[in-house]
Amino acid sequence: MEKVDYSKYAVVMKGITKRFPGVLANDHVDLFVKKGEIHAIVGENGAGKTTLMSQLYGLIRPDEGKIYINGVEKQIRNPNDAIEAKIGMVHQHFMLVDRLSVVENIVLGQEPVKGPFFDLGRARKEIRELSKKFGLLVDPDAIIEDLPVGMQQRVEIIKVLYRGAEILILDEPTAVLTPQETNELFEILKNLQKQGRTIILITHKLNEVMAITESVTVMRLGKVTGVVKTAETNPNQLANMMVGREVLLTVEKEKAHPGEEILQVKNLVVKENRGIEAVKGLSLSVKKGEIVGIAGVAGNGQTELTEAITGLRRVESGKIIFKGEDITNYSPKRRREMGMGHIPEDRLKHGLIKLFPVYYNFILGEHDNSKFSDGIFLKIEEIKRFSEELVKRFDVRPPKIDLLGMNLSGGNQQKVIVAREIAFNPMLMVVSQPTRGLDVGAIEFIHKTLISMRDKGIGILLVSMELEEIFSLSDRILAIYEGRIMGETTPDKTTPEEVGLMMAGHKLEDIRQEA
Amino acid sequence: MNIKKYLLNEKVIISLFSVLISLVIAAIVMIVIGKNPLVAYAALFYGAFGTKEAIIDNIMKASPLILTGLAVGFGFRAGLFNIGANGQVIIGALLSAYVGTLVGAYPFFLSIPLVMIAGMLGGAAWAAIAGWLKAYRGAHEVITTIMLNYVATFIANYVVNGPFQAPGGVPKSPSIAYSAQFPNIMSVGATSLSTIIFVSLAAIVVIYVIIQRTTIGYEVKAVGFNPYAAEYGGISIGKNVVLAMAISGALAGLAGTTQVVGVYGRYFGALSGSMGFDGITIALIGQNDPIGIALAAFLISSIRTGSNQMQIAGVPKDLVVIIQGIIIFLVAANRIIKTIRIRKRKEAEA
Ligand SMILES: Nc1ncnc2c1ncn2[C@@H]1O[C@H](COP(=O)(O)OP(=O)(O)OP(=O)(O)O)[C@@H](O)[C@H]1O
Ligand SMILES: [Mg+2]
Repeated sequence: MEKVDYSKYAVVMKGITKRFPGVLANDHVDLFVKKGEIHAIVGENGAGKTTLMSQLYGLIRPDEGKIYINGVEKQIRNPNDAIEAKIGMVHQHFMLVDRLSVVENIVLGQEPVKGPFFDLGRARKEIRELSKKFGLLVDPDAIIEDLPVGMQQRVEIIKVLYRGAEILILDEPTAVLTPQETNELFEILKNLQKQGRTIILITHKLNEVMAITESVTVMRLGKVTGVVKTAETNPNQLANMMVGREVLLTVEKEKAHPGEEILQVKNLVVKENRGIEAVKGLSLSVKKGEIVGIAGVAGNGQTELTEAITGLRRVESGKIIFKGEDITNYSPKRRREMGMGHIPEDRLKHGLIKLFPVYYNFILGEHDNSKFSDGIFLKIEEIKRFSEELVKRFDVRPPKIDLLGMNLSGGNQQKVIVAREIAFNPMLMVVSQPTRGLDVGAIEFIHKTLISMRDKGIGILLVSMELEEIFSLSDRILAIYEGRIMGETTPDKTTPEEVGLMMAGHKLEDIRQEA
Repeated sequence: MNIKKYLLNEKVIISLFSVLISLVIAAIVMIVIGKNPLVAYAALFYGAFGTKEAIIDNIMKASPLILTGLAVGFGFRAGLFNIGANGQVIIGALLSAYVGTLVGAYPFFLSIPLVMIAGMLGGAAWAAIAGWLKAYRGAHEVITTIMLNYVATFIANYVVNGPFQAPGGVPKSPSIAYSAQFPNIMSVGATSLSTIIFVSLAAIVVIYVIIQRTTIGYEVKAVGFNPYAAEYGGISIGKNVVLAMAISGALAGLAGTTQVVGVYGRYFGALSGSMGFDGITIALIGQNDPIGIALAAFLISSIRTGSNQMQIAGVPKDLVVIIQGIIIFLVAANRIIKTIRIRKRKEAEA
């Protein structure tokens, strides 16, 4: 047997195989991560990226394969073993306790004590030092639920560093970040790298891969399909390796032919959870057969706006008119029955019932429709048939309709939601972050689907934090800032810079006057 | 149903493990107090299954426990903790007894359904109060159902000592009409096996079907698993909270009714015993699954029925309370067992 020297690698995973009932999630995967590099793992939804990292972090155990840390074989049976091996992980969905402060969250599980007492003072000091060293500024005494997502993520990173991690795993860290926050995160990562840390980054955004990584491992259907140096590749080639075919990274669409107005929002005022006004007298309209894009930085009232339109949040004042009918006080059910579909921003909160099988999730909202229920009994056979069809049409992987929602990969959960909402044949679709966490192939597919819905005369209100998505899909663009619309334009008459200025709180007419 | 799949289900394994471990722990306790556990368990088993009388007694104890177990379990499905099954049992029994005294002129095929409907409606309405308070006033059902238990007890005490008291000064209601009583299948000595067991068995099937096959079951589970997603899907949370409480209460009310129509022939003060609270135990052990609940109800009734014989064999009867307590603890703390199992597997691998 050959004896290879792995000592220049921080992490070597060799021949990792992991089976779930009916799914081969990792099939003899090899991963080599050099000390001190930023290494990207990319691949389609369900390719097995999270599964692979969960094994490195000891959350699950491989069926086969070996793991070497700094050249030494290690048994990682649980996260404690991983922490001991100086490995830390920031998960796809954060794992912080909302009601506790930053320090409390960071020391959780390793509480420093002084005699019988909890010694937060020392922890606070250590955290300040860590923050300063890596440029991770955050107030140690802030309560988690008051912090924006980007800050919460910093807390997760500090938590990992506090436990002494030399190797950091980040699973889709930028999916929930604003571009600004993403840039800040990258500064932090580069800083960490300078201080000798090794970083493994899972992402679907190929420009991020190009921007900060040294090498890339590409996965597809549980196998490694390529290992390349970032400097020797490009986004198109990566996309190709991931999906196994040519992918259009830009959207092709004809000119829209808008019809009559289907949705009107008039002087809408909506409050957020803490009782502060989040939407402040906002008006907009959507016509049949057009896509209206709302551009904005997260937290400027988009969530409250879409929840109010779809009936999940109470309206303080103003009106919502749908198909000429005032629906301001209608229940979500009634709005659905009138033909309003909704792809929600937070898929695990609103969009999916994790403990329901996929085929139950496919009928959420239509479960009492005569197609799926005779009034008392569910038509299980019919539901399953319908689900098999959707799984095929939307390429949900694995194509098993009785898998529980929680056992699907993040991107495939999203596909289930999008498929369901599109299958209802709505007349208006309120779409929030439709491609968050999706791979390039799936994004291409969802974009094409949205355009073809538009061409069938469906009105679409699209909320996205991705400017690129707004530009490539929208027929009209509205920019939102602090609950107000800063201006309206069309993609051919504006630039990302101009929209960016509006998103930062400048009115369109002011911008154009100055120019 | 695929039996093998059912048996290999993680939940089933957890419950079985919990029962086994609790029996082992109780055995250790017996050894510590100087008793022979094998003798004690043999007596327990003989007491529960050894004679015809024992088996009948066992079935009659299990019958209402199945219903209260289903009641609590159904509540859990909607994310509701119905601690008020006892109160619902009382109101259901009271109402069915009252209607039972009125239907003497009707043939049994009218009077029996009337009495049962009355009992179920009574329990349903009583529980729906807590459901409504939760859905539209935000009052937690644990608090309100406990309070409603007291109210039910006091109402029952009042009526069977006053307006609805049988002559003779004892706190019990007049006897219900003969046409409203369920016939016995057989009697051995003083113990009779009543046809009410079929009511419980039917309830298992009905609840299983509601949970697995109906739109109502779908909505209730959706609300229980993820109320936000349910609301998003157009499912009214308020409506389903009230409905789930009502169905839960109807089952508890039915438990009370069966005691009136099949055991005592009337309402009397201590009829409900602790069956409402036992329902919580049973729902936990049965993991909210109708079939699991039926098995759990028989488990509890068996160790209770057998405990007298165990006492005769010289082992304190109270040990069954310990056994029951440990089972609940273990089921609730199923993580402990999961961890043990994972360790085992790892050791086997290593
Ligand atoms: N507990 C589980 N039970 C069954 N299947 C599972 C389980 N966890 C993951 N899987 C399956 O394993 C495969 C790999 O999932 P994984 O989460 O690793 O994908 P991923 O590459 O991280 O995808 P994404 O980009 O969508 O997050 C998927 O098909 C998924 O459905
Ligand atoms: Mg993943």
